[in-house]
Amino acid sequence: MDPRSNPALLRGLTQNRSVTRRDALRLAGLSAAGLALAGCGIQGKKPVTTPKKDAVADFWTGKKRNGTMRFANWPLYIDKDGKRYPSLEMFTADTGIKVSYKEVIQEIPSFFGKIQPLLAAGNDIGHDLMVLTNGIHLGRAIQLDYLAPLDHSKLPNFAANAAQKVKNPTWDPGNAHTIPWTVGLTGIAYNPKYVDEVKSVEDLWNPKYKGKVGMMTDSEEIANVGLFSLGIDPDTSTEADWRKAAERLQAQRDAGLVRKYYENDYVDALARGDVWITMAWSGDIFQQVAEGKDLKFVVPQEGGTIWTDNMCIPRTAQNPVDALTYMDYVYQPKIATTLVEAINYITPVPATKDLVLADAAKQSGEDKAALEQLANSPMIYPSDADMARLRSYVTLDGAKEKTFESIFQPITQG
Amino acid sequence: MKRLTPYLLILPGGLWLLIFLVVPMVFMASVSTQEGDILNGFVQTFDFSVYGDALTRYQTQFLRSVGYGLVGTAVSIAMAYPVAYWIAFRGGSRKSTYLLLVLLPFFVSFVLRTVSWKFLLADDGLLLSPLKAMGLVAQDFHVLQTTVAVIGGLVYNYLPFMILPIYVALERIDPRVVEAAQDLYAARSQAFTKVVLPLSLPGVFAGVLMTFVPMTADYVNAGILGGPANTMIGNIIQTEYLVNADYPTAAALSFTLMAVMLVGIFAYARALGTENVLEAAAR
Repeated sequence: MDPRSNPALLRGLTQNRSVTRRDALRLAGLSAAGLALAGCGIQGKKPVTTPKKDAVADFWTGKKRNGTMRFANWPLYIDKDGKRYPSLEMFTADTGIKVSYKEVIQEIPSFFGKIQPLLAAGNDIGHDLMVLTNGIHLGRAIQLDYLAPLDHSKLPNFAANAAQKVKNPTWDPGNAHTIPWTVGLTGIAYNPKYVDEVKSVEDLWNPKYKGKVGMMTDSEEIANVGLFSLGIDPDTSTEADWRKAAERLQAQRDAGLVRKYYENDYVDALARGDVWITMAWSGDIFQQVAEGKDLKFVVPQEGGTIWTDNMCIPRTAQNPVDALTYMDYVYQPKIATTLVEAINYITPVPATKDLVLADAAKQSGEDKAALEQLANSPMIYPSDADMARLRSYVTLDGAKEKTFESIFQPITQG
Repeated sequence: MKRLTPYLLILPGGLWLLIFLVVPMVFMASVSTQEGDILNGFVQTFDFSVYGDALTRYQTQFLRSVGYGLVGTAVSIAMAYPVAYWIAFRGGSRKSTYLLLVLLPFFVSFVLRTVSWKFLLADDGLLLSPLKAMGLVAQDFHVLQTTVAVIGGLVYNYLPFMILPIYVALERIDPRVVEAAQDLYAARSQAFTKVVLPLSLPGVFAGVLMTFVPMTADYVNAGILGGPANTMIGNIIQTEYLVNADYPTAAALSFTLMAVMLVGIFAYARALGTENVLEAAAR
């Protein structure tokens, strides 16, 4: 694209318009391919054009209920009766909103990888409601303004029934974009056939279990274990603390203790005997125990991680009002009870405990025992002593996140 | 019209390659020289230092992947050649049945096939439990999360790509040339090394291309069957892209991998190219 070879362009360049000399040089100097590439780049945060105060009104004004809603969730994360979802049917009966329910989230990074380009382009992702775990990716979604700001005047059940401790989380102040679906714990699970009683995270470094220890791939998860083992509170940890924790975790790996850094598949490895002791999520182990497997779950004395899976509405949702209606609907104690009895993770609605016990009183035999076990399980309704030992993931933003990953990823990705 | 026909024939394939191979590659090249992060966006800087950084950081996984690819390919040849030979020369009227059996695993999804190995080879699983009970292997012996498991998985998943081209090459050999060799007092082993083997080399050549490249770039087997010390470059690219959203590094690694493969294959083709193979056959 040499302007000399193109009279029209040359005229355009030499006549004094808004084109600067530098622009002309740039035009002359770059090949066509170079031009195409210079136009490339991947957009990040859009500049904020409206003041934050009006964000809620800006989003919701003019939005109407459409009578349908598309819900993206994780597998085994709702009540199911054969192919039916009783609580979703109740929702449809009560509100007239039909739900298309998809179990499409297996893992946050790959799910986020799929929806991110669509959200960045402002396109529909095919879901009106999704469940994302607090952590790096949810933080990105909030910072990139991919999520609809919640209208709390439409969430009275959340205000009335949600546990105080799930409100106003550090990663989403004032629940501006998310409210919890369930809460879970990361602790240690073990097979009592091979492993003596576990009380401390130190057991993950016990040479007796060489090659039979399972750890998680997720940097935020293993970081917390490393930090707990050093007696450091993740909430207030610094880069120096992370390096010390990484050293401990690297030593664990170098000693051949770690069998593998697992994703969700640690449950199978534990059940099949590939590992004897492993980092684990509370609900997974509760489900295994309920199925009759002899496994134990503990929150180690040094501390465990508490995390939250959050409902949120993508900004590009087609049916945001319907999704918001559903978010509030599940905060009715009756509905939350149906859900917790199926999901086996911590419910954000504490009033469910008495309702589960009331359900148990109505049943007999095995069903009764199962419901009583649920209501009395420290994995579903953790004691205050357990809660005091639970910490969240380290809060990370842009640059810190990169440092954090560069410290912990080399351990799991050797 | 007649003169245009060849071009029209190549049009669908050519367009396909242009849209789905060339354009994404240009885009990837552009991404690999951008700088920034997902929050603030990426800007084209034409800074190539990312290539050096990525390679220094991940050279272990790079070399490991190429190593796994080479070993996996060699094992595949060793296993595939006798199978292909047997089907081609001893298969009789059941040849197509045997070929179908070779292809049968392809009727199950790639990931599922690999996951099934986890059940089979679990420490207290179907295979190892009885062996341990009989005292044939040590109690702490395990297969999963070892190099053997990953290379085994690679060979298992790509073996048919080696068997089929070798089979095709062997099948094309006229049995009369073997008879002729024997008539000329060649021993059976000589007839094989002087006649059959050279004639089948083009098949081996094609098989190597079809297995080495996907094996080296594979990330499923290392992810499912591997342990902490088996991470391959494919897993790293996946993590850089999905977890870290570091698109430039992911693109630079992909490009380097592609370049390494292309150069390697080019050298391989020059050293043992089709023409040389045919010459060897003619000798």
